[in-house]
Amino acid sequence: MLEIKNLSRTFFPGTVNERKALRNINLNLSDGEFVTVIGSNGAGKSTVLNMVAGKLQPDVGTVSVAGKNVTKLADYQRAKYIGRVFQDPMAGTAPTMTIEENMALAYARGRFRGLGLGVGSKRRELFAQELASLELGLENRLKTKVGLLSGGQRQALSLLMATFSKPKILLLDEHTAALDPQRAALVSRLTKEIVERHQLTTLMVTHNMEQALALGTRLIMMHDGQIILDLNQEEKSKMTVKDLLDEFGKIKGAQLDDKTMLQ
Amino acid sequence: MITAVELGLIYAIMALGVYLTFRILDFPDLTVDGSFTTGAAVASVGIVNGMNPWLATVLAFFAGMVAGTITGLLHTKGKIDGLLAGILTMIALYSINLRIMGKANTPLLGEETLISPMRASGILGSWASVAILFAVCLAFVAAIVWFLHTELGMAMRATGDNQEMIRSFGVSTDNQKILGLALSNGLVALSGAVIAQYQGFADIGMGIGLILIGLASVIVGQAIFTQRYIWLAAIAVVFGAVIYRLVIQLALSAGLQVNDMKLISAVLVVVALLLPKWKGFQKIIKTFTKRPQPVTESKEGVRTNA
Repeated sequence: MLEIKNLSRTFFPGTVNERKALRNINLNLSDGEFVTVIGSNGAGKSTVLNMVAGKLQPDVGTVSVAGKNVTKLADYQRAKYIGRVFQDPMAGTAPTMTIEENMALAYARGRFRGLGLGVGSKRRELFAQELASLELGLENRLKTKVGLLSGGQRQALSLLMATFSKPKILLLDEHTAALDPQRAALVSRLTKEIVERHQLTTLMVTHNMEQALALGTRLIMMHDGQIILDLNQEEKSKMTVKDLLDEFGKIKGAQLDDKTMLQ
Repeated sequence: MITAVELGLIYAIMALGVYLTFRILDFPDLTVDGSFTTGAAVASVGIVNGMNPWLATVLAFFAGMVAGTITGLLHTKGKIDGLLAGILTMIALYSINLRIMGKANTPLLGEETLISPMRASGILGSWASVAILFAVCLAFVAAIVWFLHTELGMAMRATGDNQEMIRSFGVSTDNQKILGLALSNGLVALSGAVIAQYQGFADIGMGIGLILIGLASVIVGQAIFTQRYIWLAAIAVVFGAVIYRLVIQLALSAGLQVNDMKLISAVLVVVALLLPKWKGFQKIIKTFTKRPQPVTESKEGVRTNA
């Protein structure tokens, strides 16, 4: 479903700040696969995600979604196939618009936006039904401005908006990192439920090892722009956080993500 | 007094255009100083050459759209800062407006205009003409509010609200900005066309400082009305435009001269911007209105603050 081939990118080439962010990354996600990505600071996790999303261009290499080469497409052109949830809970929704209007924005993903009303009575029903699956009571507050919601609620809504039009690929960029533990657990649980329900092909970057082990069907560890560990579901299920930390320990000089150290 | 209200209602169309860019798209567009005159020039030259005034006014709208599109292209495709892109188009339009008119002033004496039937029947300057102009304004407000609730209009609002997010749902924010700027400047030019017909001439300098009038209308209106609903915010802009004219009228009757108007406009905008930040003013507002409290996150006590 997602095919990443020979992806490389160097930031600030030819200067003292030159940094090889990605070195020849190859990664294939089959349909319905849910991959969690962990790694040290500056390992290239977010760079990979941003290249799939179209926010960054690779120096060489290609990104294909469902057999279609999308490397040259701008982010909004790829958005037809790709749903995203950002780390910042404020980033995934339009704050001055209401919950139902935000849902309508997401509903039109990949379709022509014309002069039809964004929220009709039929759609409102559909949105309410979808929102009810979050079990946050948002279905009763369709006309509330999203800016009035808490961070956890907004992130849950972002997740729903990114997924309910069933994109081919779902990208999650540390989407629980900015939430308190309770809300993070909620969004984590919702992620699991939604990805399973829609059988979404998912790439999730996280700094939380426990989350990386608990969620998904495959785990990838990155370091210095390369994939250094790739575990399938069976191998992953036998791993513990300590095993993962030991794997990190094998890499000389690897610095764990600051946030990981605080877990 | 009635003249001030009439003028305010015609300028309100322009203020609605400024509202589209300034509030909805969050884009400070200075093109309006030029496109207002462009609208006036196009309509006046058309009318003087025997064109139907309705057609001439519609043509002015499209001329404004072209001006807005150019600013939009400079900003999005040319990656020029929004303020500078507007200034560039505005300055360029000064020459183009002179080209359109061929001279600095085009009088419409004795021509048939949109306003001349009202003048002939003697309702100009009466509450009847205020009612007509107000109805026209409301029609524009309704059209804009409807547009902003369509899928296309909502994508435009989201562009002004959170670009990153709406791009992730497949919307080209560049196209939205260009469209918004085109519509906005179309309205501004339309307003300019009607003003020219109202005052009986188009003048090369009539758009100078216009952005301040637009901003003053938007800001004054929104200082008085809440922004909770789009339709309220849009009506507030209309009232803001009228209030602005009344303030100008007051200043004039207090002995200030027409030449002082730009200064008064600037001071009015500064006051409207600073007053809400002043603590004493906030206290006064609080005693009159209850602000909606941010809703706390709990399953119990779910509220619909619709």
